[in-house]
Formats: sequence, C-alpha cells, structure tokens
Amino acid sequence: MSDDKFDVIVVGAGLAGCTAAYVLAREGLEVVVIERGNGAGSKNMTGGRLYAHTLERILPGFAEEAPIERRVTREKISFLSDRDAVTMDYQAGDYQAGDYQAGGQAAGRRPATAESYTVLRARFDPWLMGKAEEKGASLIDGIRVSELLTRDGRVVGVKAGDDELEADCVILADGVNSLLGESLGFVKKVTPHHCAVGAKELIELTPQQMRDRFGCEGRDGLAWLFAGMPSDGLMGGGFLYTNETSVSLGVVFGLHNIEAAGKSVPQMLEDFKAHPAVRPLIEGGQLIEYSAHVVPEGGLAMVPKIVGDGVLLTGDAAGFCLNVGYTVRGMDLAIASGEAAAKAVIAAKARGDFSAAGLNQYQTLLNDSVVMKDLTLYRKLPGFLDNPRMFGAYPDMAAGVMADLFTVDGPSKPLLKKAGGHLRKVGLLNLVKDGLKGVTSL
Amino acid sequence: MTRVNVDAKLVVDKFFVDEGNPHIVLKKSPDPREFAKLEKACPAGLYKRDANGAMHFDSAGCLECGTCRILCGHTILEKWDYPTGSMGVMYRYG
Repeated sequence: MSDDKFDVIVVGAGLAGCTAAYVLAREGLEVVVIERGNGAGSKNMTGGRLYAHTLERILPGFAEEAPIERRVTREKISFLSDRDAVTMDYQAGDYQAGDYQAGGQAAGRRPATAESYTVLRARFDPWLMGKAEEKGASLIDGIRVSELLTRDGRVVGVKAGDDELEADCVILADGVNSLLGESLGFVKKVTPHHCAVGAKELIELTPQQMRDRFGCEGRDGLAWLFAGMPSDGLMGGGFLYTNETSVSLGVVFGLHNIEAAGKSVPQMLEDFKAHPAVRPLIEGGQLIEYSAHVVPEGGLAMVPKIVGDGVLLTGDAAGFCLNVGYTVRGMDLAIASGEAAAKAVIAAKARGDFSAAGLNQYQTLLNDSVVMKDLTLYRKLPGFLDNPRMFGAYPDMAAGVMADLFTVDGPSKPLLKKAGGHLRKVGLLNLVKDGLKGVTSL
Repeated sequence: MTRVNVDAKLVVDKFFVDEGNPHIVLKKSPDPREFAKLEKACPAGLYKRDANGAMHFDSAGCLECGTCRILCGHTILEKWDYPTGSMGVMYRYG
C-alpha cells in the first residue's frame, strides 16, 4: 500500500475541497480529490453569489479568468405581501461596467477583494479543480467514498467499495450531508432547526431581456433577496441572481417550520414566480435546470468537532455558513476553510505529526480567519431571524404603509395615523423588541 | 395560483438512474404525519399520495439535497445514502 499512499485525500470536489487541493498541491504535496459526481461541481448548486474576498487572496485576479457569470453591482431587497412589493434598490455606481482589475486599486473602484460574483457551480468548480490539477493535484471522479479507513482510532484513508486508498491525512469536504463526518461521530445528526432547503430554477433569457429587465450592462448584474410571501411568511425567503444569460430564481425555507407551512416548497417557488413583482421578469424565459440543496443555517451553534487524528472537516460539512438576512454566505467560508485546512496539513507534514494535536493549527487558523470571526459575530442571528414576524407581519406592514402613503382617494389622513394602524397590527412592543434584538445580533 | 408540476421541471435535468438500486428507501407503512412533512418539503416532490391516499416514493428524480434525511431520517426512512459514484443527478449549471 505504501507506494500508493498519498499525502492527502480530499473527499468532495466542491469549493472547500478544490481550494484545499490547490493550496496543498501548490506546496508540492501529493493530493488526490475523490468526487462522487461526474466531474467537479456536478453535484453542487448555489443560490448564486460568491463573495470574492477569500478566493481573491489565494488566486488574485481570478475573476478575469474564471467562469463567473456577472459581477454584482446592484442590490435589491424586497418585502413581499401576497400581491404587493416594497423594494430597496442600491446601485454601486462609481465604477465602469466590465472593468475588472487584479487588485482593483484604481481610483473610485472597490478593490477586487470587495467584489462578489454570480456563479454557476457546474461551471465554476471544474475551473477551480483545474487550477489545482495544474499544480499537480489529481481528481478521481465518479467514485463515492463509502467509508473512512481507520486504524487505532485514527483516519488513515478512505474506502470506495472494495478499494482502499491511504493517506497521511483526509480532508472531508463532503457537503452538508456529511455522512463521513457523522461516521466519525463528529457531525451530530443535522437537525431541521439548523437547516433550510433551497430550490432553484435556472431560467434562460436573451441578452436583450437581461439588459431590459435587470439593467445588466457588460458583465455587471444584480442580486435580489425577497422576504415575506416566497417562504409563505415563515423563516426563509426568495432570491434572484442574474447570470450571463439566465436568472437563478429560488426560495429557501427553514425546515423546522415545515409543518406550519400552508403549502409545499415547490409550490412556494411556483407562487413566488407568479407574484406580480416577479412574473414579468421571467416571462417568456425557459427553464434550463431545476436544482435543490440544503443550507446549513445554524451558524456557530451547529459547527461540529472539526479536527481529529488524521482528519479535518471543511465547508458545508463543518456547517460553515452565514445567513445574515441581507447577505447569505457559504462559498467564501468554504474557500477559507479549505485554505486553512491545507495550511494546517502542510505544517503537520513539516512536523510529521498528523494527530489531532498536530493538525490543531486548523482550529487556530480558522479562529483568526473570517470564518470563526464572522460566525462568532453573528452567533445570535439565527435565533433572531427565527421569528415569524420577520417574514410575515413586517413585509405586510411595509406593504400596508406604502399602499397608504402613495394612495390618494379623497381627503388625506395625517401620516402618523396612516402608519400607526399598520404598526399597531404588529404590536409596538414587538417592534421595539425586534429592533433592539436585531441591532444587538448584528 | 397554478398548482406546481415538479415532474415537468425534473425532465429538464440530467439524471443517471441506478435502476434497481435506490439510494433512499422508505419504510413499509410509514407514519402518515412524518410522510406529510416530506410531501411538503421534498423539493423534487417525490413523496406523493395517490387518489386513495396511499403513500408512494420513487428515488428517481432525487436532487440529493438531504431534506428527507434531515426531517425523517430516523422515523420513516429505512435507508439514506448517496447514489453510487457517477449515478444520480448531474447538474450542468448548478
């Protein structure tokens, strides 16, 4: 076996796995990535947006070369009641369409590390895996790792059916349903309280429609989040991201509320598509893919044990995901954790110690990185967001206030009186309480 | 409101179906209340009742998200695993 032994086996060719492989191979380690799908990214999906900062620091200027869809320069947030929509719209206007610059230091532009891009994973992940392969990593795809190979309580490799492959260390990047992480007893059974399900349609539009309907110029595009009716007034929401010639349109729904939901998740997506604010945007478009994924939204509370003897957990498998309401992040954290895992393994190799103690630098690197810093900063948010008022009463309130504000029908009422009724419906104390809680959890 | 037809969405996806080797198996006579959760939650709409109220599940068309495993893995699923290597859904866009 020793001839076949690798330095590192990575399970899963998603962003955490591909990043780890790239960083390891760059340092000359022998690394193999094992992926159950046909090619990297073929089992992966995203709502649609990659915050560039973590990958930009590993592969500066990557967006010039990588198959990104669009750079996000416009943000919209809508509160939807059944028929109405109240929308905030922010356009970052101080830079030129299609102007990508490595480092991005030119005047008036945000640096490349501050950009975000819409992506499609079956295009993006193979590119990143290709970068790792250029550095010497190998990919074995179409093979499912069935279990971990352990000896004296330490992980020494993987099994795929009858085949065994050994390594000094195994990096688990096997996604939110980390069966391998569970087999080690690290990942406790993921509970509905920590998870949401996302369902997405990819709808093809013409370049002209992209421009006319979303103002997409050059390679720039928009990200749009929706609260309220898309998730049937419960925890979750809708999203729309513009790709090059398609939109990613979907809903996310917190699984612990499934019994309270008045309709199925696919029906939520269907009704969201039929909302008057959405329907004209996708009219005439063609469905080219339907996909779904579970989102680990538990924040810090769901992060499992991530370091063991000969093994590290990264990305979704480690629960590294952040839903802050107006930003939803998983991919940038997956990339950061893949990098941190790789660095810890490189240091462990230098010392020849792949025990949990020898690999513990992973935890230290994560603690000092955006991953644990942000998870810690927002640790109260999952609890705060799990409040039906956020997704039901408040969107309705916003729509009600707007409807009164912009309606003229005979003599007007004073503004406070107009708004007051809608505010009282929610309860003034609730407003104060939620406002304070919101401020302290952000 | 139009009633959603999930099957019409799944036909645009690319699948390699592992005939005779389902990666998810439903228990015999599952608890109807647990089943009802999956009728609502499964994004692929694979947990269905027919006109007589009988419960049906077919793993072909599975998007491998894990929702049923998280909600009912211990109650009404006999097995939840990933499909064998190279089988199952293959996203062309993701």
